Amino acid sequence: MATAVSRSGGTPPTGGPGKPFPPPPPLSHLGSLMRGVRSVDQVGVEERAAALGKRSIKKASKLAALDLVIRCMDLTTLEGADTPGKVAALCSKAVRPQPGDASVPSVAAVCVYPAMVPPAVAHVRGTGVKVASVATAFPSGQTFTSIKVAETREAVIAGADEIDMVIDRGAFLSGDYQKVYDEIQEVKEAAGRAHLKVILETGELGTYDNVRRASILAMAAGADFIKTSTGKVTPAATPPVSLVMMEAIRDFHHETGRSVGFKPAGGIRASKTAIHYLVLLYETLGPTWMTPDRFRIGASSLLNDVLMQIAKERDGVYQSGDYFTID
Amino acid sequence: MALTARPPSELAGFDWEYAPAPEARDIVTIAARNQLYIGGKFVEPHSRKFFKTVNPATEETLAEVAEADEVDVDRAVNAAGEAFRSWSRLQPARRARYIFRISRLLQERSRELAVLETLDGGKPIKESRDVDLPLAAAHFFYYAGWADKLEWAFPNRSPRPLGVAGQIIPWNFPLLMLAWKIAPALAAGNTVVLKPAETTPLSALLFAEICEQAELPPGVVNIVTGAGQTGSYVVSHPGVRKVAFTGSTEVGKLIQRGLAGTGKRLTLELGGKAANIVFEDAPLDQAVEGIVNGIYFNQGHVCCAGSRLLVQESIQQPLLEKLKLRLGTLRLGDPLDKNTDVGAINSKQQLAKITGLVESGVREGAEIYQPECRLPERGYWFPPTLFTGVSQSHRIAREEIFGPVLSVLTFRTPEEAVEKANNTPYGLSAGIWTDKGSRILWMTERMRAGVVWANTYNRFDPTSPFGGYKESGFGREGGLQGLLAYVDLN
Repeated sequence: MATAVSRSGGTPPTGGPGKPFPPPPPLSHLGSLMRGVRSVDQVGVEERAAALGKRSIKKASKLAALDLVIRCMDLTTLEGADTPGKVAALCSKAVRPQPGDASVPSVAAVCVYPAMVPPAVAHVRGTGVKVASVATAFPSGQTFTSIKVAETREAVIAGADEIDMVIDRGAFLSGDYQKVYDEIQEVKEAAGRAHLKVILETGELGTYDNVRRASILAMAAGADFIKTSTGKVTPAATPPVSLVMMEAIRDFHHETGRSVGFKPAGGIRASKTAIHYLVLLYETLGPTWMTPDRFRIGASSLLNDVLMQIAKERDGVYQSGDYFTID
Repeated sequence: MALTARPPSELAGFDWEYAPAPEARDIVTIAARNQLYIGGKFVEPHSRKFFKTVNPATEETLAEVAEADEVDVDRAVNAAGEAFRSWSRLQPARRARYIFRISRLLQERSRELAVLETLDGGKPIKESRDVDLPLAAAHFFYYAGWADKLEWAFPNRSPRPLGVAGQIIPWNFPLLMLAWKIAPALAAGNTVVLKPAETTPLSALLFAEICEQAELPPGVVNIVTGAGQTGSYVVSHPGVRKVAFTGSTEVGKLIQRGLAGTGKRLTLELGGKAANIVFEDAPLDQAVEGIVNGIYFNQGHVCCAGSRLLVQESIQQPLLEKLKLRLGTLRLGDPLDKNTDVGAINSKQQLAKITGLVESGVREGAEIYQPECRLPERGYWFPPTLFTGVSQSHRIAREEIFGPVLSVLTFRTPEEAVEKANNTPYGLSAGIWTDKGSRILWMTERMRAGVVWANTYNRFDPTSPFGGYKESGFGREGGLQGLLAYVDLN
């Protein structure tokens, strides 16, 4: 007599006498697992995020931060009007943000639409700057999974090193976590060796509880990075949303040993804001997360402000905008 | 080679040291010798005695301050009594105008006051700047609004001022405690003799300057500096009609004994040993912030500090792991640095008291945890400390430590949490962390504590009354209830 049966005193749901229970299918209870994810207190998380915004980062620590911001930057253009010419200009800026000053590093990657991957790859080849492509019907994600997978595959074939996918917010908000999970897995598989960043589009998720759930769902499904926003929805990245995601990353790492990266994106235009995100990162996930392997900042117009601040820290005065190239 | 190629060591991690970011201290001028403020003038003390006040972060002497004797206190009470005659009859709206003026001056001079508060008391500048000063100004604003609405505050009664109020305040929030005491007293038409703590007298003296600047009539506010002896002269002076004291339970008991049968009104705000109760369904990361804010805020020199953490046993491990990790990120050091989270212990005596109680905790078998933390060589410092395996009978679970020391206890059921939380001679405050709204209400009904915070801690607002049960004192400060202590309704 199987011990499990005798203990329960009833009919075993599966198997038979003498047979052990089969292990449960790993994700059959994804919905209840998701609803069991620990909650977030809105007031508390906003207070903490704001408090870290009051850190005063000066002098050497500011210069080090600005250097890191550049090294972790995904320099982005995601416009309907993008052309190979525009992308070429962006790539030059990405490789050499400040012509004539070799101490300013290149950015981590350029981030473009799939159709712009080939010109981007051609321009950054051999420089160490990566090419990231958005995919999966960016920014809405409202198309068929087969098309999302095909788009991802095409982008990788075209040479993308990194894929920034969006989750299906419609499925997520309707409670179909399984669909979201499966889709991330399929895209991950299609991405192959390319790094997968999963965009939660937190501005459409409505609550911090949902942000935390979506973070854990994406990480469990195989995301290499979780990313706040597409930049096409307001609000985009905010400090409290980022803090919630970082805390989810910390808990996930603690439970599974896997280090998942974090990328805030959208609306980050000022150095001061970027440094606020670094402080959040430093005081939540610690120094080991402060590398381009685990942290990126998605931005289209932040770079020149960072360059301006670096020049100001070095020379003590602000320079005119005309000393920084507009690409 | 690619332009971006950098040595891999640089990519492996990032050791980020925040550069020092001290607030400029030259915004405030500290006189070498400080007199008493009596009858609208700074006067030499009759005692001819002065004592030193030091910066606890450096042990540097900041200034000499007059020590008021019985004659000085008598002069102050007489000046207040004299001023009471006209101040109490002043048109209420005009009284309000003076108090509003004080609030605005507090705001205008807030940087100066914040730096002074940090220099004299050792608290981090971010706290004096973001908590003490805004709240102090808010208290004056709030009570200024009541000054001409007392009939509405107490409908169908005829509220009348009491007379001279003798007020004694502690060293943990010098200016804020001054505001809690002076604002309602003045709004109700009383005059005041206030004695600040001997280790932190400077902000009260700067406040006296602000009273001058606001052209407050002479004698309405009098500041007498000194130690416990000076305080006892204030309390026992026959001209004082009302005594308000914030400080230790020990001194509170002495005062109450001394006032028995004198007909003087009394409110006491004394010690605490608050329970911060975390249920298994709590938002953990925010609970950790609340625990840290509850006990390490102002180095734990807070009467309502959440010094006992009651955690549901089922989540003790993950919560403690998170808490220990968080303790490692607390930045202890120069209180004037804008990035400092934990400042200096207020005085040598207080440091000795904390050290003694922590030693007793170790002796009684609790397990101590302190994050790696370099203490400055000079000054009075104590690292953030956490005790696990604490039981109700340990001294560190029963006595008020008034320092950055947290005792962690566990419970299994809500009933047990209530029982343990209430099992203390004190009853000032409590915190409850749970996702379940109904449980918050259920718990709150059963807690014998003056304030219960739900999913937050150490939140203050001038409209909200604050005060204790049992040995934490009686009477309320703040809100409409705070006025009650300063009016006669018969």
